[in-house]
Amino acid sequence: MISQLTRDERSSAMYLSGLLVLFGGFLAIAGRNDVLGWHGAMLVFSGAILLFALISRFYDDEPARESRHEYYDDPTKFGVVVAMIWLVFATFVGDWVAWLLVFPEATFDAGWSSFGRLRPVHTTGVIFGFGGNALIATSFHVLQRTSRARLAGSVSPWVVLIGFNLFCIMAVTGYMFGITASKEYAEPEWYADLFLVVIWVVYFVLYVRTLARRQEPHIYVANWYFMAFILVVAILHIINNLAVPVSLGHAKSYSLFSGVQDAMTQWWYGHNAVAFFLTSGFLGMLYYYLPRRAGRPIYSYRMSIISFWGITFLYMWAGSHHLHYTALPHWVQNLGMTFSIILVVPSWASAGNALLTLNGAWEKVRDDATLRFMFVAAVFYGLSTFEGSFMAIRPVNSLSHYTDWTVGHVHAGALGWVAMITFGAFYTLVPMLWNRERMYSSRLIEAHFWLALSGTVIYVFSMWNSGIIQGLMWRAYAENGTLAYSFMDSVDAMAPYYVARAVGGFLFFLGGVIGLYNIWKTIKMPAQAHTPIYDLPPVVDVEPAE
Amino acid sequence: MTKPERDPYTGLMTTGHEWNGIKELKTPIPRPVKFFLALTILVSVLFWVLFPTWPYGSGYTKGILNIDQRQLVAEDLSRSAALRASWEEKFSTTDLAALEADADAMTFVRSHGARLFKDNCAACHGTDAAGGPGFPSLVDDQWLWGGESETILETLKVGINTRHEDTRNAEMLAFGDQGLLDADQIRALTSYVVSLSRADELSEKSVAQLPQGKELFAENCASCHGETGKGLRDVGAPNLTDDYWIYGGDVDTIRATLRHGRKGVMPFWDQRLNEADLRLLTLYVRDIGAQTK
Repeated sequence: MISQLTRDERSSAMYLSGLLVLFGGFLAIAGRNDVLGWHGAMLVFSGAILLFALISRFYDDEPARESRHEYYDDPTKFGVVVAMIWLVFATFVGDWVAWLLVFPEATFDAGWSSFGRLRPVHTTGVIFGFGGNALIATSFHVLQRTSRARLAGSVSPWVVLIGFNLFCIMAVTGYMFGITASKEYAEPEWYADLFLVVIWVVYFVLYVRTLARRQEPHIYVANWYFMAFILVVAILHIINNLAVPVSLGHAKSYSLFSGVQDAMTQWWYGHNAVAFFLTSGFLGMLYYYLPRRAGRPIYSYRMSIISFWGITFLYMWAGSHHLHYTALPHWVQNLGMTFSIILVVPSWASAGNALLTLNGAWEKVRDDATLRFMFVAAVFYGLSTFEGSFMAIRPVNSLSHYTDWTVGHVHAGALGWVAMITFGAFYTLVPMLWNRERMYSSRLIEAHFWLALSGTVIYVFSMWNSGIIQGLMWRAYAENGTLAYSFMDSVDAMAPYYVARAVGGFLFFLGGVIGLYNIWKTIKMPAQAHTPIYDLPPVVDVEPAE
Repeated sequence: MTKPERDPYTGLMTTGHEWNGIKELKTPIPRPVKFFLALTILVSVLFWVLFPTWPYGSGYTKGILNIDQRQLVAEDLSRSAALRASWEEKFSTTDLAALEADADAMTFVRSHGARLFKDNCAACHGTDAAGGPGFPSLVDDQWLWGGESETILETLKVGINTRHEDTRNAEMLAFGDQGLLDADQIRALTSYVVSLSRADELSEKSVAQLPQGKELFAENCASCHGETGKGLRDVGAPNLTDDYWIYGGDVDTIRATLRHGRKGVMPFWDQRLNEADLRLLTLYVRDIGAQTK
């Protein structure tokens, strides 16, 4: 990795690592009696390792000048492997919390392993650790290929990836220490949030600058989606996390919003995190790897356009459907609900555009598990967006809200759509990146596919069942106006579904382990003969070394 | 930029764009997409006309149906109150003893009371009401404050060690932590307390401590637990001579209780449940106790 940097780049990387040590040192001293201090120490430690690596290899040979006319894929390689490690870790924790609902005593009497702390470890690990790394890695790859330009910088991609992973580590370790901002999917505290803002701005600037030097007349659809993902996530993250820390030496902060305004801001964020992190970004992935793998043109350029603008415009209004039948004014709920209903059309147009792109390649879908992953992902995307719009209708929501149905819906999206499209993309990408003829084992991909699909189906079906049963039990009244069931009765009734869910989750986890192993073995395979093309325009902002 | 070309499989033209081998077809937007887009927008507009939706300055459009969720909730609540009226008045006014003698009333207690118990009491006392360490069993016929229905009802209403103005108060002092007794004295007192229920279990060494323990008991404990250690219901002090223990009757637990004290809390319910539900729960608790006996 360092061998691909020029001396100038190595020294700017050293400055940045030094800056990390200084920032971490400040946190470590200011927060010495607090988790904040531990996190500061971790940043110091990470910065020191980077500095040490850079210093020890500073005088190594510089990369050949021609290599500057090639794509820069080291960061993508790093991101792919790290994403798979996060996947294995976070689905393991996810399955653990699933078993906690069956055997609540499986916390081994420790605070860090209680349900309330492990659950955000699972959600953050999967969404940001796995999803975030997968998006950053593939966006770098797709951006360069569809722009026919090298990344605008060789250090900034590392700032993005390493910084983002440090953020994720601060987040999950913080939860286990009991640190949380108490906002779902935005649990990290103020200092980690500020750190991420810097990282994200670097990501945005890098993306725009690379796009600006593209050699293609048009910007490809995938890049619209990636851009929307980066830009909107920045806005969401900054606004929802506005908070006042107790002191600069303390991890605890209080939200700038209160009451129903806080709830509305949180679910505006929460719903658009689904939209722009888990949908927009992964649609970017789909729009590149699916047609590449299928060898087919995108079915309709016009459908891409109306889907993109439909999704981008409509999602912004829909967040209030998370607060049906609450203190939120009735009109806000209704407005969010109507936009949620319209939203199903551009969502299905996206799924349809993907599936119709496969026309002429269905025999590949049958034979190639990699393409089948992407096909199933598009199906689950359609399924869960329909389900989401359906659940946003107030009377439907009165049954589904607060039940496991929501959990099932989220996992239809996260397992069926987000993870499956990523697996398809990774199995397409890994042989390209490491210049291998193929993946190490196609049978292991096949095994992964069936484990992931059966795990998802078992998970989603058990949660549909338990969710609807819960909802019906909670609203059942006897003739004399008393509730027919106690809450405890509904908990008892969930037991078989919780076992089934945990088994489904385990199958999905097992598939992830196989995927990581397969990717690792592929990296260890001998490389093919490779003739670099060196056809990219010179990178203007990097002076060649004298 | 490549030229538009005909896709051999679909026979459609491409747009002429190409990125890293990816092309796009110039397929027009399919009819169903246009149709459903129009339909969902139409449904939404209709909804906006009928229901409250759009904000303007200081207010929002009320919709021509003039429906609001507050009013819907109020209607639901009054419908529910009407259904409950069939039994609520009877349970909130009739004498508890009379209700206990009424077979129909008790059938209702056993169904609705069970649900109330599981929703409000089971988290501490257990679904079988048998309690656990720190939480008294309600089915062993042992009562700290008395098992009469009026006493149980009062405990439900005001709780124990709560911020309710009429709360029952009961505290076992932390004799060790507060420096009232030293370690030797606590050991002697522990032996004496064990001897009240299970004298045969004591070692010779412990038996030797009993005279000192007895003296300490008379000085420190008898005011609440009584001269003979049989407890005092007026102050909620448990009987120490029987086999029923809230926190545990083994030597270690008794010593820990003497050292660190105890101050268990029973929440108060009179601001959360209404009179009928409270009385129903009282009857239910007495009933399960009686059935287990």
